[in-house]
Amino acid sequence: MGQPVLLRHVREPDQGEIEAYERRGGYAALRRAVREMTPEQVTDLVDRAQLRGRGGAGFPTGRKWKFVPKDAPVKYLVVNADEGEPGTFKDRTLLEGDPHLLVEGIALAAYANGVRTAYVYMRREFYEARRRLERAIAQAYERGYLGRKVLGTDFSLDVYVHPGAGAYIAGEETALLESLEGRRAMPRLKPPYFPAVMGLYAKPTVLNNVETLCCVPWIVREGPEWWLEQGPPQLYSVSGHVQRPQVVEAPLGTPARELIARAGGVRGGRRVKAFYPGGTSSRPLTAQHLDVPLRHEELAKLGSMLGSAAVIVMDETTDMVKVIARVCEFYRDESCGKCTPCREGTVWVTQILDRILHGRGRWEDLDLLASLARNMTGTCFCPLGESVPPSLRAGLEDFREEFEAYIRAAREPVHMPVRLHLGAPAPGG
Amino acid sequence: MLSEGARKDIEALRTRYPVAQSALIPALLRAQEELGWLPPEAMAEVAELLGLPVEVVAEVASFYTLLFTQPVGRHVVQLCTNVSCMLSGAEAVRERVEEELGIRAGQTTPDGRVTLLAVECLAACDHAPCMMVDERRCGPLTPEAAAQLLRELD
Repeated sequence: MGQPVLLRHVREPDQGEIEAYERRGGYAALRRAVREMTPEQVTDLVDRAQLRGRGGAGFPTGRKWKFVPKDAPVKYLVVNADEGEPGTFKDRTLLEGDPHLLVEGIALAAYANGVRTAYVYMRREFYEARRRLERAIAQAYERGYLGRKVLGTDFSLDVYVHPGAGAYIAGEETALLESLEGRRAMPRLKPPYFPAVMGLYAKPTVLNNVETLCCVPWIVREGPEWWLEQGPPQLYSVSGHVQRPQVVEAPLGTPARELIARAGGVRGGRRVKAFYPGGTSSRPLTAQHLDVPLRHEELAKLGSMLGSAAVIVMDETTDMVKVIARVCEFYRDESCGKCTPCREGTVWVTQILDRILHGRGRWEDLDLLASLARNMTGTCFCPLGESVPPSLRAGLEDFREEFEAYIRAAREPVHMPVRLHLGAPAPGG
Repeated sequence: MLSEGARKDIEALRTRYPVAQSALIPALLRAQEELGWLPPEAMAEVAELLGLPVEVVAEVASFYTLLFTQPVGRHVVQLCTNVSCMLSGAEAVRERVEEELGIRAGQTTPDGRVTLLAVECLAACDHAPCMMVDERRCGPLTPEAAAQLLRELD
């Protein structure tokens, strides 16, 4: 295994200092791009590197950039730093550890797309990341990498950090744009209007994730062939029942078994029962899938996905009914409430799982859960409600005996009144 | 009710965007930094500064969990209860913290010292189980370490 690429400098003591970043070859790619390359040539490199978005959807970045109309007078770049998919912490690691890598990636993406204004939408809880990124941005302005006439060329760029205020749904790209325009983070209907054509302020907008943009300086500096030879490098956030939860950089397609080993193995020397390969929106897999390459194509075949590449490991002692109930509660609380199947479906599902867990489950609940999973799929504006069925399906197909054990042990079935289980009222929102 | 400094900051935020409403969330956060929460008078003042109807401001403020439309304590503690933290013992941390403070998640201590929130993934699963004490990320926590951190707050 070679030297890491994306994580190469995140643990250096001088992280975030522009002199140190320059000394390691930083901003050389930007210098070359703005002086010697056309914007189309930059996009072409990204395209040839087969870079796919690292936020969750996995859309090819070069193709996304090519959708942006060349001749539009005003265009925007929006960086999604709203990392919120449960189990994912790689963007925070990059923001805190190597903020100039993102600044250079932003400048290159802006140059490639003819953008003059970029906004970094960052979740509120990233206080440290925000301080470091704002400092890096200020240093980049001083050195002429940002601002008017970047490095003496005709290319100009302003970058602003924009804070979110607590809403998972704001990570969905059209909800993020709504939030950036100062409204509730509620997804827009698409098609027909994709952000590349009609995004922020109804102008063409490039939306990219933090990790995606951090790949760009490397691709421009070293070339797409080199990039592909490195794996290509992919960040996996490994957490849960492992000895040392951490972001692991490994070639795209590394199986979970190896990622778990690199995170110190399973705690207490236990065995793996299940793992989420791509955050809680992906279908959890079982121990028999530990050697499956964690890559878009292979995971899609299993009805799962790479998503944000958050590998959440659960050992043999894990109560899968509890985990799945907790996951469903998350989506219930984070549903924006716009579409009925998601707003109501998440409440129904959590009520049913709650009664199963509390000794009041009924045998027909299993079919009811399967029916809800069907009705929540493909019926909403955005994928949030659709993130519940993969966990439910895995529960009903791969861990059915755990659900049955709860129901078998249940007390005499009783009629339960419909109850909203929303916990104590909070001061926010 | 906002200080001159906060009003100036909000006007400066406005210049970052071609549309004034884009500055709304940053402006509300700036007001909240000063007041701790967003009383109706503060929302009205932000509305006036950005030239927006007060209804629009209230609609946005009531959507986001980190915009506080009710008073909170001097310190806000956000305890992650999502899956990675749950697998690492967040339930025990939560029980111990609730016992230490004598309140449930979602409540504020009667002396106005701490508001405790049970929150979703903080993107800090490498520190699980973790919590934010105001702007500080803390973890991995044991129940006792979490209680100790809370005792140290003024």
